[in-house]
Amino acid sequence: MGGYGDVQMIDENGLRVDGRGPADLRPVSIETGVIPVADGSARVTWGSNHAVAAVYGPMEAHPRKIQRQDRAVLDVRYNMAPFSTTDRMRPGFNRRSREISKVTADALESVVLLEMYPRSKIRIEIEILTAEAGTRCVGLTAASVALAHAGIPMTDMVVSVASGKINDVVVCDLNKEEDNYGEADLPMGILPNTGELVFLQMDGDLSPAEFQEAWDYNMEAALVVHQIMVDALKGGDA
Amino acid sequence: MSVSNDADGPRDNGRASLLVAPGDDLGVSEGHEAGHGVLMMDGRLRATKHGRVNEKGGEVAIEPFRTAYIPRPSDMVIGYVEGCTNNIWFIDIGAPFNAILPMSLGPGKAAFGGTRSILDIGEAVLCRVQEVEETHSSVVTMKGLGLRKIRSGNIEQVDPHLLGRLIGKGGKALSQLKEDTGCRIIVADNGRVWVDGEFDSIITVRDRLQAMSDDAKSTGVDA
Repeated sequence: MGGYGDVQMIDENGLRVDGRGPADLRPVSIETGVIPVADGSARVTWGSNHAVAAVYGPMEAHPRKIQRQDRAVLDVRYNMAPFSTTDRMRPGFNRRSREISKVTADALESVVLLEMYPRSKIRIEIEILTAEAGTRCVGLTAASVALAHAGIPMTDMVVSVASGKINDVVVCDLNKEEDNYGEADLPMGILPNTGELVFLQMDGDLSPAEFQEAWDYNMEAALVVHQIMVDALKGGDA
Repeated sequence: MSVSNDADGPRDNGRASLLVAPGDDLGVSEGHEAGHGVLMMDGRLRATKHGRVNEKGGEVAIEPFRTAYIPRPSDMVIGYVEGCTNNIWFIDIGAPFNAILPMSLGPGKAAFGGTRSILDIGEAVLCRVQEVEETHSSVVTMKGLGLRKIRSGNIEQVDPHLLGRLIGKGGKALSQLKEDTGCRIIVADNGRVWVDGEFDSIITVRDRLQAMSDDAKSTGVDA
C-alpha cells in the first residue's frame, strides 16, 4: 500500500485501470504436470503473474530434528526469480519470502492429512517467474494444485484470493498499480467446499462494511478459481 | 462447485468412473464405507485424493493417479543401499522412509564394520519387508527364497497402484509380457520392476511399462 490516495484509478463508469469492474478477476489459467521430475507440479497464470509450484515427497525428513513423531512436516519455499519484477530482485531468501513461505505452510497444514505420513517431509517449491501483485495468493493456489497432483491426501484445496480498496472503492483481485497506490489489501485462503478460512492477512485500513464487501468478493472469486483448479486436475495431463 | 451437493452426490449419477479432486463431495455416507482416499465428514463422504471414484460392495474408494508406496509386512520390494553403519544397511525402498537391513537379516556375515564388503552403497537388493512400526519405520530381510543382491538386468519404476494392471488377473498379463519378450521379470510391491534378458527385449519391456503408465494417467481413458 503506497498510500497515494489521490491517484485516480477508477473512472467515472466505475471501471479500473485495466478495464475491469470492481468484482472482476484477472484471467486465470492453470496447467498441471509442468515439471516431470517432481511428484506433482502446477503452473498458474493469473493476469501477468506466473507461478510454478513443485511438490516432492513424502520423503525422509532431514535433519532428524525437524521430524515429528506423529505427522509429516511441510517444507515450503517461496521464491521470486530475480527477473520477476521490473527492479531486479536480489536472489535468495529474504524476510518477505520467509514470511510468505511460513504463512503458505500454515495454510496448507490445515488441509493436508499430515498424520498419514509420520516423521516424513513434503517439500513444496514455489517459484514466481513474473510478479504483478498478489503473488502470495498465486503461489498458495499453485501449491494446492501441485499437492493434489502429487496424490497427497487433503481434505480440500486452498484457494487464495485478495481484495482491497482503491479510491474508497472495494475491488476484487488488485493489480500492480492498485496494490502500489491503493488503500488496503485483504488476501485470504479459502476452502471452497466448506467456506472455511485458513489464511487471512490485512494491509491498510478497512471499515467493517468494507471488510465484509472484500470478504464477499474473495468468497465469490474463490469459487471461480476453484473450478479452474478442478478443471486443470481433471482435464490436464493428470 | 465441480460436483453436485445433493443427497446422493455425484457417486450415483450413473458415471461409473467419475474423476474427483481433493475436497469433492461424494454424497451421503449412510450405507457406504469410506475406502482409500475417502473421508467420512459430517455424514458425507469426501474425496481426499485426485483420482477416479470406484464403488464396490458398498465401499467407495478413490483410485488415485499418483501414490507414494507405503510398506506393509511381507511385501517383496526392490531397494537400493543408501548407507550403512558397522552392522546395519539403510535401504531406499521408495517409501517416505528408508528401511533398515540388520546384518543378522542380510545376505551374509561379515566382521563388525565390514558391511560394505557385502553390500555397497548404490547396489540393488531384492528383499522382503519384515516389520513396519507405527511410525512407518520398516525392517527388511534378505533371508528367504529368491531374496538376493541384484547383479544384472535393469530396474524400472511404475506407480505402485498400477501393479494390478501390470500383473493382470491370475498373473496373465505379466506371463504374456514375459512370453512376448523372453525376459525374466520380477515385479516388486514397491513399484520397482526388475527386467533381465536381451538388450532389445529390455527396451521393449521398458516401452510397454511406459505406455501403461501413460495410458493410466491420460484422463478419460480406462485407468
